[in-house]
Amino acid sequence: MKALLKMREVQLALCTVALIILVGTRAPVFVTGSSLANLLTDSTLLIMLALTQMLVIVTRGVDLSVASSLALAGMMSALLASRFPELPLPLVMLAAVAIGLLLGLINGYLIGYLDLAPIVVTLGTMSVYRGLVFVLSGGAWVSSHQMPADFIAFPLARLFGVTHLVWISALTVLAAWYVAKHSRFGRDLYAIGNEPFSARYVGIPIASRLMWTYGLSGAMAGLCGYLWVARYAVAYTEIAYGFEFTVIAACVIGGISIAGGSGSVAGAVLGGLFLAVIGNALPVVKVSPFWQSALTGVVILTAVLINARGGRPIGRQILPLHLNKSNATGSAA
Amino acid sequence: MSNSADAPEKASSSRYIIADRPGFRLGTLLGRWESLLALLLVAAFAANAIMLPHFLDLYNLADGTFNFSEKALIALPMALLIICREIDISVSGILALSSVAIGLAHANGVAPELLLPIALATGTACGWLNGIMVTHFRLPSIVVTIGTVSLFRGLASVVLGDKAFTGYPQVMADWGQGYFFGFIPREFIILLAFAGLFAFVLHATTWGRRIYAIGNNPVAARFSGIAVDRYRLVLFMLTGAMAGLAAYLLTGRIGSTRPNIAMGWELEVITMVILGGVSIAGGAGTIGGVMLAVLTLGTVTYGLSLANIPGIYMTIVVGILLLATIALPRLLRGRRTAK
Repeated sequence: MKALLKMREVQLALCTVALIILVGTRAPVFVTGSSLANLLTDSTLLIMLALTQMLVIVTRGVDLSVASSLALAGMMSALLASRFPELPLPLVMLAAVAIGLLLGLINGYLIGYLDLAPIVVTLGTMSVYRGLVFVLSGGAWVSSHQMPADFIAFPLARLFGVTHLVWISALTVLAAWYVAKHSRFGRDLYAIGNEPFSARYVGIPIASRLMWTYGLSGAMAGLCGYLWVARYAVAYTEIAYGFEFTVIAACVIGGISIAGGSGSVAGAVLGGLFLAVIGNALPVVKVSPFWQSALTGVVILTAVLINARGGRPIGRQILPLHLNKSNATGSAA
Repeated sequence: MSNSADAPEKASSSRYIIADRPGFRLGTLLGRWESLLALLLVAAFAANAIMLPHFLDLYNLADGTFNFSEKALIALPMALLIICREIDISVSGILALSSVAIGLAHANGVAPELLLPIALATGTACGWLNGIMVTHFRLPSIVVTIGTVSLFRGLASVVLGDKAFTGYPQVMADWGQGYFFGFIPREFIILLAFAGLFAFVLHATTWGRRIYAIGNNPVAARFSGIAVDRYRLVLFMLTGAMAGLAAYLLTGRIGSTRPNIAMGWELEVITMVILGGVSIAGGAGTIGGVMLAVLTLGTVTYGLSLANIPGIYMTIVVGILLLATIALPRLLRGRRTAK
């Protein structure tokens, strides 16, 4: 029981529940079934993106281009659907995923095979992809009346009383759990993140693993791009602007170490959920929207502070303290 | 990460021999990143001059420097931070908060001369918070500054609400959009002065060498008696202060503080630094390279805007430039690491 309580995921889950109850006592509306269902739907895209971002961060990388890939794939699927309304929806979704996959594989090739720094590569592709959204759309919006009805209706349509968005993200969570915990591919990622040299010595194909990890992140961004555009029924150049930081923040809150090698699916899900709860609770308790960003920042900082405290290595001190103070070597950029 | 493994073994391996400074060779000079950048700058300049009729108009050219001066001012300390293996994503948040602080102070009747110190103090305080989180709590700087960017920008928007601060005193406009000798923008002169100062400190003083030492190996640097954490803290505060200075100049130039001020600048600033040849893994890079990258980007932007190409194409150009400059050397040299 005590060991269970010490787990970061359990602590985070308890925090989330406590937060929901706290908000519920201030504003009972918040804990009604429909409001909680809304909350779940709102958190789906963030959770899905956080899951693949987790895989990337586990390999000691970071994907700053997710929001731009999302925007590009979303814009292209919206344009596709508006130009060819007779195209069946599954094909449009497939196209969005394929576009995202391609964008991700470009990142992955540069990072895996050319051995370039992930933060630099994704910084570059981030601006390129964001610019391409503008080039493709000519800066114009694709609004709801230009898109076919079933294109827009799909994400919020209900199956057994639960929105498609929630179903899709549930499937994604299962898939990510399988990949991270039980597949050769996922275990290799942890090995790469923990100790790249050893991973190479034991024969893990690092380059191709990295390429497909970023490909996965891109494909997820593509899927979310379609879902985002369809859900809000509008596609414009600035879709999801700055969302990459929210996704990374969800991972960080979920206890995924930015230095690589550790992180769990539950952490990513709970991190996303936690941010979504805060985002939905603030308007309910009548906190001005201007405070939202500031409070999110405080929450992120608090979460990493708590995580850092919990992550201290356990062991005996056999050398004098002053020699040992410098074992934290700063950022892993 | 992979640098340590492929360091070449020297044939004569006496521990007591210190390698001499290599002699002057044209080949090595041309192979340097800075030389390539300089060639790129000349090429961009020449291409613009040939294709655009009004490019060489000196007044236009001087005004073109307004576009990048403030960003470049932040890029200088950012280069030091990245050389030291840290990074600061929160600079645009610091800038926004400093600009709001100026606006708030001015709205409450603070004397115009005090506005610059207020901007600098706000920036330094923000940088101090970043630095304390990194050095005292041992958190990775990328995580800390992702958190603080939303904190700083959030605080700025809390103060600002849906309003904007305007009606700034003349002295700010003088510094933000004024000229020396009626010709050279003051911002550009400030930038050049600071570039000289940073270059001197980084390349000609012990402090500068220690920054490289920290970036190359923080643990070894600490063991050799460098107060690593103090350097990190000071660099974060310096970055904050420079962002405060940029806030003062930018606010004076555009004459208002809006909620979206300097949105997305952190990435442009970091792009400038990396394009300038500063290694993201730390320990390598020069101020000269950063300034060349700044001027190259400035030339390309200015040319594109003269040719009436929308600003967003610029982001594509910058992105491709960044990717190409880091990928090309690797492609030309061939893959060294068998993976």
